[in-house]
Amino acid sequence: MAAPLTLLLIVAVTIRAALYRSSLADLISERVEVVSPLTAWKRVVEGLALLDLGVSPYSGDVFHETPLIIYFFHFLVDYAEITFMLADVITAVALYMTVKDYNKQVFRKQKYALEADRYPLDCLELIRSPKEMYYIPLKVAMFYLLNPFTILSCVAKSTCGLNNAVLALFILSTIKGNVLLSAVFLSLATYQSIYPLTLCAAALLYLMQRQYIPVNYRRASFWWFIAQYAFMYLGSLFVIVCLSFFLLGSWDYLPSVYGFILSVPDLTPNIGLFWYFFAEMFEHFRLFFLCVFQINVFFYTIPLSIKLKEHPVFLIFMQLAVISIFKSYPTVGDIALYLAFLPVWSHLHRFLRNIFLVSCVLLTCSALFPVLWHLWIYAGSANSNFYYAITLLFNVAQILLVSDYFYAFLRREHHLTYGLYLKRKDGSEATLVLK
Amino acid sequence: MAAHRCSYSAFLLIICSLSRFFVADSQETTLTGDNHAAEVDNPQTATETAGQTAEQPAVEEKLWEATEEATPDDADTDKQDTSTPETAAPSSVPQPKDDFQEELVIRPLHSGDIYTSFQFRTLWETDFMRGNKVSHYRLFPKSLGQVISKFSVRELHISFTQGYWRTMQWGQPFLPSPPGAELWVWFQDSVTDVDGTWKELTNVLSGIFCASLNFIDSTNTVQPSASFKPLGIGNVTDHRFLRYATLPREIVCTENLTPWKKLLPCGSKAGLAVLLKSEKLFHSSFHSQAVHIRPVCQDWQCKTTSWELRQTLNVVFDLHTPGQGKREWSLFKMFSRTLTEACPLASSSKIYIDITDNPQGEQFEVSPATPLLGQAMVLGDRRTFSVYDLTHQITFGTVRSLNLLIRWKSSEGDMLRPLLHGERYVAGYGLQTGEIHTLMYNNHPYRSFPVLLLDSVPWYLRLYIHTLTVASKGKDNKPSYIHYQPSKDRVRPHLLEMLVQLPPNSVTEVTVQFERALLKWTEYTPDPNHGFYVGSSVISSLVPSIVAMDTNSTREQPLFSSFFPCKEESSYFVRVYTEPLLVNLPTPDFSMPYNVICLTCTVVAVGYGSLYNLLTRSFQIEEPSPGLAKRIANIIRKMRGVPPL
Repeated sequence: MAAPLTLLLIVAVTIRAALYRSSLADLISERVEVVSPLTAWKRVVEGLALLDLGVSPYSGDVFHETPLIIYFFHFLVDYAEITFMLADVITAVALYMTVKDYNKQVFRKQKYALEADRYPLDCLELIRSPKEMYYIPLKVAMFYLLNPFTILSCVAKSTCGLNNAVLALFILSTIKGNVLLSAVFLSLATYQSIYPLTLCAAALLYLMQRQYIPVNYRRASFWWFIAQYAFMYLGSLFVIVCLSFFLLGSWDYLPSVYGFILSVPDLTPNIGLFWYFFAEMFEHFRLFFLCVFQINVFFYTIPLSIKLKEHPVFLIFMQLAVISIFKSYPTVGDIALYLAFLPVWSHLHRFLRNIFLVSCVLLTCSALFPVLWHLWIYAGSANSNFYYAITLLFNVAQILLVSDYFYAFLRREHHLTYGLYLKRKDGSEATLVLK
Repeated sequence: MAAHRCSYSAFLLIICSLSRFFVADSQETTLTGDNHAAEVDNPQTATETAGQTAEQPAVEEKLWEATEEATPDDADTDKQDTSTPETAAPSSVPQPKDDFQEELVIRPLHSGDIYTSFQFRTLWETDFMRGNKVSHYRLFPKSLGQVISKFSVRELHISFTQGYWRTMQWGQPFLPSPPGAELWVWFQDSVTDVDGTWKELTNVLSGIFCASLNFIDSTNTVQPSASFKPLGIGNVTDHRFLRYATLPREIVCTENLTPWKKLLPCGSKAGLAVLLKSEKLFHSSFHSQAVHIRPVCQDWQCKTTSWELRQTLNVVFDLHTPGQGKREWSLFKMFSRTLTEACPLASSSKIYIDITDNPQGEQFEVSPATPLLGQAMVLGDRRTFSVYDLTHQITFGTVRSLNLLIRWKSSEGDMLRPLLHGERYVAGYGLQTGEIHTLMYNNHPYRSFPVLLLDSVPWYLRLYIHTLTVASKGKDNKPSYIHYQPSKDRVRPHLLEMLVQLPPNSVTEVTVQFERALLKWTEYTPDPNHGFYVGSSVISSLVPSIVAMDTNSTREQPLFSSFFPCKEESSYFVRVYTEPLLVNLPTPDFSMPYNVICLTCTVVAVGYGSLYNLLTRSFQIEEPSPGLAKRIANIIRKMRGVPPL
């Protein structure tokens, strides 16, 4: 397995290196779909330039990266291309290892269930074979590395690639069962962009499952584990935040990074739902709708955790998708991360209802983004509504994709419990509905 | 020190003029050229020289020569009865507590246009800042006096300009000003809440001048660190007390002129101000009116200070319209008025006509001819003027009205190119990014000089300072000083100040990239597709003077004065304003707020709905519901106690 992975990495790095050398790199790095005000490389360079001029990068409204990023690139600015390629490679390898480990566990669980005769007899075709699972880790790495979204994001040097790497490392350390590293990487991801906070529920569920701690709020061990994890998480977050304070000597970065994420003052168009909505918002409703939209990301965490408490990895996937749809400055790099998990759920394909339609819409929208952007901004023959319409459609497609996978997952679980070919009372073939 | 320097320069001027005209005035012979010559002439010079103690020489400073000499071809009788009262008046009358002077400078431009510059100066020896309230106003306008004392203003400069001054065609103006409104104020260092005071002050000035100065807020106010030094006395240069703002979109018209005229002691009833009729003043290529208030020294030792209010009005008339045929102009033609008297309250009231380019009368002819000639250093150049003193009845002649008339004979002659000149434009296409190019021309053949460039760019053009390049002659020209304050969205603009050395005979190009922001729909102007204005860049510099540039020794000069090329007045201060920019921003669809709110909320609801659906419901086998007839039958069967169908 190492050889194909190495080959894949070489191909991916070659593509990126070639694109860095081409004239496309400048074009890509200006694309609003690829870079947001939070992640644009141009703004990182601006922050470094401000630092060189002796001006605090947070005194203006151009730089919104965290202090650690600016110090990271203070030393690595000349090796930025290598850094971003490396970040992608790290993400891919981490996802590869994660999925490999996860598949082993899935297989083991399936084996126990089979031995215990827990599955209905007609569910044999739902049972996953090691053969079909063998290439899934490689497919995941490939889905991440060769996804045009990831490539664009990497060539644009969007710092989203770094955030993805941190998230991938978090998922890896969670799957490997390393509580401390999981908490540290989660706090790092939270520090980078608040939203990964919602992943802590999934991490807790997984780690408890792994350590055979029952998810029962009457049990002391449950609360003790949560306290442990929270302590590690908050502790490392505290350390990181204080470190940032000592690097810059001021708390200016808090409003400039987190205030910026939460209050959405920059209405630069992107693929998300926020920009046009808040450009057209009536001023006195602004705060209300801001809260409504921001709550969306955090709102689904608890119900999803309850529903998916047996399947924390799927919960991680769902959370990543929800974050990338409802976050305030989404880019295609965020989407690429959760799209990379799709091969893991390849066994759900028989239950997907509208995958063809959704993938067509996603592809068409991705092609139409630059076209309508050009018509609006450069040709002047279209207006902002055109671009806005495409972002709406793109988000609808993403929502449908995610909910479709959620539906398929739930349905498979239902079948695994009640059998695949369900019969009505009168013996005719039954259809399954949600009630 | 500066006073000595000036008197020395005045002395040199006298030498030069003596050698040129070979006619010594009767009074002039008593001054044997020693160093106190400059103080004897009139109080104006004394205050001017004392005013120079300020760090930065004022642009408009003119070192009036002590003598007013008659040209050789003038009649001797003229000379006697005009020069005697002129020199006698100021020295005999005791110094009044306040003093008003008015003057009009007319300069025929090479482009065929006429540049007329009115200056009205009120000096008042008082102290607004002392605790006792100043309540008795004579010449000084009460409205401004109250503003000064209420807001603890140390210096106030305000200008309203319609049109753009074309430096390359017209040369340097006496008082530069950017298109639109410009306001810069130095507050006393006793002011604690400078921003609050500034906000109140702009609102008050907005009322006084009937202008939209109330639109000055933190988003277009900057605190330049080096470009705007106080012009009056006082050496506090902490730029925390300075506020500078421009409104490039401001349109200047009659409603701004009327309150401005009301500040004059004579209003528009008498004196030069009768010429200020708006129907003619605004029928011009360039119109600029300004008010400058600053503390100046009363005497050359600067023991007492007085407040100077200088009201200026600069107009460029385009009289060279096709169809008129011959080129000539007169006061009546320009202003549709003639002059009949000086303002009775004015201690001096004069008209100057720049005849430097016309020494022998070969280009144009001025009538009525005047016996008085004056010389002055204006913007590094030695200019000769015909002087008409309105305080003498003889000026108005027998018809009791003065209508100056210039008739052109030839249209030749070329202008010396201004040594410093700036241009600015936006490059790039599309509504996403762009690049601001600022070009600074140094037309001096062999000397380089440093300039201070000030750029204040609104927040919605996000500047990227790392893309800043400064290049002259194709080479990188690193600024020796950069002061950059990045913008805050909806709070404050970008401020970029830098000191650049301009190599001789070169163009220096400053470029910086920016990104156009999408604003909230309520933040756009009512005509958003017209674009947004960005105020002029300000280029301030000490420019080597033209006199010092003069290397040909053909002119007859004493040998001892011409060995070292650079004299004391080797450089002069110049401020050049570039064009304002008009930048388009991407716009949302303004008719769509309800639609957008509905559609986006629908998408969010789709997300919520589909997840809610899956979260709360469970899978069940669909049992087909029985038909209506069957259900009714079942109910009946149930009542009968029979098992249902």
